Amino acid sequence: MRTLDAFAMAFSALATQTRRTLLSLLGVSVGVAAVVLLTALGQGARTFVEAQFQGIGTSVLAIAPGKVETFGGLPGIGNSTSDLTLDDALALQRQLPGVRATAPLVVGVDEVQYGSLSRSAMVLGASHDMAEVRGLEMAYGSFLPTGDWERGENVVVLGARTARELFGAENALGRQIRIGDWRLRVLGVLESRGVHMGADLDESAFVPVALAMRMFDRRSLFRILLMLNSAEGLERAREVARSVLIERHGREDFTLITPDAVLGSLTRILTVLTLALSSIAAISLGVAGLGIMNVMLVSVSERRSEIGLLRALGAARAQIVALFLLEAALLSVAGGALGVALGWALSRAARELYPEFESSPPPWAIAAALGVALLVGLVFGVLPARNAARLDPALALSRR
Amino acid sequence: MIRLTDIWRTYQLGDTALHALAGVDETIERGEHVAIMGPSGSGKSTLLNVIGLLDRPTKGRYELEGREVSSLSDAQLSRVRRERIGYVFQAYHLVARLDALANVELPLVFAGVPHKERRERAQQALANVGLHKRSRHRPDQLSGGERQRVAIARATVMRPGVLLADEPTGNLDRASGAVVLELLSQLNASGVTLIVVTHDIEVARRAGRALILDDGRVVRRMPSSELTDLAAALAGRGSGA
Repeated sequence: MRTLDAFAMAFSALATQTRRTLLSLLGVSVGVAAVVLLTALGQGARTFVEAQFQGIGTSVLAIAPGKVETFGGLPGIGNSTSDLTLDDALALQRQLPGVRATAPLVVGVDEVQYGSLSRSAMVLGASHDMAEVRGLEMAYGSFLPTGDWERGENVVVLGARTARELFGAENALGRQIRIGDWRLRVLGVLESRGVHMGADLDESAFVPVALAMRMFDRRSLFRILLMLNSAEGLERAREVARSVLIERHGREDFTLITPDAVLGSLTRILTVLTLALSSIAAISLGVAGLGIMNVMLVSVSERRSEIGLLRALGAARAQIVALFLLEAALLSVAGGALGVALGWALSRAARELYPEFESSPPPWAIAAALGVALLVGLVFGVLPARNAARLDPALALSRR
Repeated sequence: MIRLTDIWRTYQLGDTALHALAGVDETIERGEHVAIMGPSGSGKSTLLNVIGLLDRPTKGRYELEGREVSSLSDAQLSRVRRERIGYVFQAYHLVARLDALANVELPLVFAGVPHKERRERAQQALANVGLHKRSRHRPDQLSGGERQRVAIARATVMRPGVLLADEPTGNLDRASGAVVLELLSQLNASGVTLIVVTHDIEVARRAGRALILDDGRVVRRMPSSELTDLAAALAGRGSGA
């Protein structure tokens, strides 16, 4: 029997039972569409997270005081014994290969006042390079001055919302404001950035790092951020940084954080989540398979005399099995194709609704959904096909 | 040639064994026209199914065209059925969703004959039964007689050596039945072995000889011309029992 003829026969058998065929097609396509849509959403979430990381650049090495393994707490909080100092930052800047920008960072919260207005803001002690490391744009004025980090002049750069709330439409440039007991001159105002990596830079105020250490009475930096010329140098820079700091501190009492490590674990979480959701969706594919089996079993018992006839005309058992399996496979693949189209359309709709989520189904998910659909059809088609082949042709033909 | 030696076909119904065929010995020569008669349940159809390789005998030897067939595999049997045996059924057994041409093509499809050759041979077979103009009609658009002629075209499209007909005129009016019987006789005249199971004495009288079955045994063999007496005998048995 020729393949094309087998297809034609299977197809004509399905085409005559329109309603039943359509219903089982629907079952498969809903399952496949669910798989496609959920993987698309998962993919969207992952691209979203990756895009967030693009903001700080993938070539930034961060160093926090304290060692996770040694102390069990979060790095930089509480129990760090050895301080991370501006001298450390300076040494790293000098000795690391390919450093483009160095930004020591101190973080605190305090009242920011102008005239009678005041509000609470995140005060970030940083250096001139911070603008480049975090990709900050100025609305007007200039960012923190270059030069010796130790100087710590009384100047401040305001986040967009902090500036708006204190000054309204008024130009803040050159104005004196107060942060806690300190009087500071406004150097510039940042372009609005929105929430970034969980910190709202719009509600912040940047001051020179040495000043911030005095304001909050800190002896240790919160982070040292080192931006490299390229992400390729990250691994090597990390090793050099480790040996430089061990030499200075006498032991490893700091933590090196690379963005790909953080990104890696987030991506892993999202992958597991996506897989879990898709597996749940795949269960509906299994249910659709039961639907196919049901349809095929009914079809076999309704077509007993036809099967008997085909056997009398010279169809071998194997050919009967092949014909019925082909019917099941056609059902599942057609349902799968329909499901892919449906899932794709739904993820398009999701993209329209949430443009920041680049929800598009990954090609492997489409292939996998179709493959699983086909597999389901074949597996659940086996029993009906065997029933058909085992029919006693003489008996099947004698019934009218 | 068909040679049956001590053929038994036994069905197990609960504890009791039912012998549909109980030791049939029969030889049918190539090109013969044989009628099989007998009361309902005498084993006529079972015998036809065994000869047609649709049913395997429980016991016995069956030689078809010089080949022992009772030990063949399913694939081998299917091939013999396809190439050497044609069936005509009382209920026609046409596939309702396929037109006449496609129905006739079915055996060629399973034989893997290429599309173009298949078309030509099926058209020719339909022309041979006078239905070439009806090739695109579906079974429900054909009369009973036409349906049976399509079935005959299908049964002969592989040019089999043996044609088996189970009550071929059972569902037909006299005129249509006559056309069908004439076609079968022509095929037999061209050399095909024809075996017809029938209740109808007129149908049986067209055969060369008749086998009378009862309780799974061949109880009488006779030339068809002597069937008149027997008709009365059968009728008597039927009403008297």
